[in-house]
Amino acid sequence: MQNSPWAFNWRKILLLRETSSLIMLFAVIIVFFSIAPLFLSKENVGVVLEIIPELGIVALGVTMLMITGEFDLSVGSVFAFCPIMMALFMDWGINAVVAVIFALIIGIGLGALNGFITLTFGIPSFITTLGAMLIWRGGVLLITGGWPPPFPVGMSTVALVGRVGILRGSLFWFGVITVLLWFILERTDFGNWMFASGGNQIAARAMGIDVRKVKLANFMICSLLAGFAGIIQSFRLETTLPSMGNGLEMEAIAATVIGGTALSGGVGTLIGTVVGSFLIRMIDNGLIMARAPSYWFRVFIGIATILAVILNTFVRERAKKLRC
Amino acid sequence: MERDDYLVEMVNIHKWFSGVCALKGVDFAVRYGEIVGLLGDNGAGKSTLIKILSGFYPPDVGKIIFEGKERAFTSPREARALGIETIYQEAAMVPKMSIMRNIFMGRELSRLKMASLGYLDIARMEEESMKALEGVGLRLRSPHALVEELSGGQRQGVAIARAMYFKSKLVILDEPTNNLSVKESEKVLEFIRELKRQGISSIFISHNLYHVYPVADRIVVLSHGEKIGDYFKEETSVEEITRLMVLP
Repeated sequence: MQNSPWAFNWRKILLLRETSSLIMLFAVIIVFFSIAPLFLSKENVGVVLEIIPELGIVALGVTMLMITGEFDLSVGSVFAFCPIMMALFMDWGINAVVAVIFALIIGIGLGALNGFITLTFGIPSFITTLGAMLIWRGGVLLITGGWPPPFPVGMSTVALVGRVGILRGSLFWFGVITVLLWFILERTDFGNWMFASGGNQIAARAMGIDVRKVKLANFMICSLLAGFAGIIQSFRLETTLPSMGNGLEMEAIAATVIGGTALSGGVGTLIGTVVGSFLIRMIDNGLIMARAPSYWFRVFIGIATILAVILNTFVRERAKKLRC
Repeated sequence: MERDDYLVEMVNIHKWFSGVCALKGVDFAVRYGEIVGLLGDNGAGKSTLIKILSGFYPPDVGKIIFEGKERAFTSPREARALGIETIYQEAAMVPKMSIMRNIFMGRELSRLKMASLGYLDIARMEEESMKALEGVGLRLRSPHALVEELSGGQRQGVAIARAMYFKSKLVILDEPTNNLSVKESEKVLEFIRELKRQGISSIFISHNLYHVYPVADRIVVLSHGEKIGDYFKEETSVEEITRLMVLP
């Protein structure tokens, strides 16, 4: 079969980085649906769709940063820090919209700090953001003294988490951010610089790309999105807790890696990350629906992460051998 | 030859690195459309000389005259803007990126600019990258193939096509035939000949005389930071240069 359009398309589809995560997603849906048919009920789909954006938005930022070859382990702590600052500002009598904007600016600032320290001192971002993770989690506890500022009573949360049927506003924001970041990554020169900076920063620099600027911008984007997602969660739960986002950094990295983004940088896909986020939250919810003890959640995410990477490598190696 | 024939002239170049003298008054020049082979053992000063020419660092003593004007580069970007393109084997390409994205890396074609983001003109970049590849006689299936799928010789070809496309005047190739098979090396030499046919000057750095000899118009030999030989090919022989190079 030479040049048959079908053979060619198969090879192309198998070479896509998102393919293996999509296969796993369908497998998970089928398995949970056959164990617990209510998994696909309208109500449950609504429940899943309202928890996905909070992880997904964080994971999108982590993916962008990982493509440029850097890590952010502090997203879980920023996820708690920003909404608590927001609640604090409102407690001081600052207008709600202004308080949200201030909190988001703090998010950007924390990302800039991560980037500045990492790039100025030339240390691994893994270390910088591990430190930042502990610092801002501690900061949250210090500021609140264990007693979080009260969430303003009767404040309108429609803009971020308002409901239309079973859908929440946060899903809309997740969609908008996905499209926006996809456009930046795949269709702009800045996206090309991101891939180049993560793929071979010596070559990128030799071609006149300001690698430092590219990475710094992505540290800021990543942290901003973590803060934004935290604010969304606080709006949904109408509370701010110092424990918000505990362990979220690991879930976000898992979603990114399951989606087909390489830990080493230079390679990645935002669509894959969206699929990865769906997968993680569906496993989470599916186990509950299947009445499995919740302890199984982490076990399954661990298995899914390793399996996705193996599958990805395996499928792509096979597909490369399929010459059309 | 007239002075005007020189594209670039480096005069009396000295360079010290923490007390060690890497270059001791080297004169080096390249004419328009000329292929110069730059030979020397490891540590002879080849790469120091080239890094000065490509703007990585300034000379401690000496001057660079490019197209008749004295220049002091402060960055590789500046040298590149004047048309001096250096191709390092490892640093030339991003293997995980497509050929097209590599060719336009840092100099993307965009349709409109908004808030310092350029909207990529992918259709034009596809077309132009195929044109650039054909310019060096490189026939590849698609501009979207990843560079990691190419052979070493083809990668050099893409890098040279890129230099040609962006109208470089001087292409510096750092050990372009290292780790390549005989057949692949031959391809790279053909790319270099193509540069000459288009009137582009090139410097071919190597420690292997046999790779340089077939294509070079002139051969310059460095040893211990000094120029010990500068011959037109027709005035010399492989034997003579070999003798120079093995001299203690």
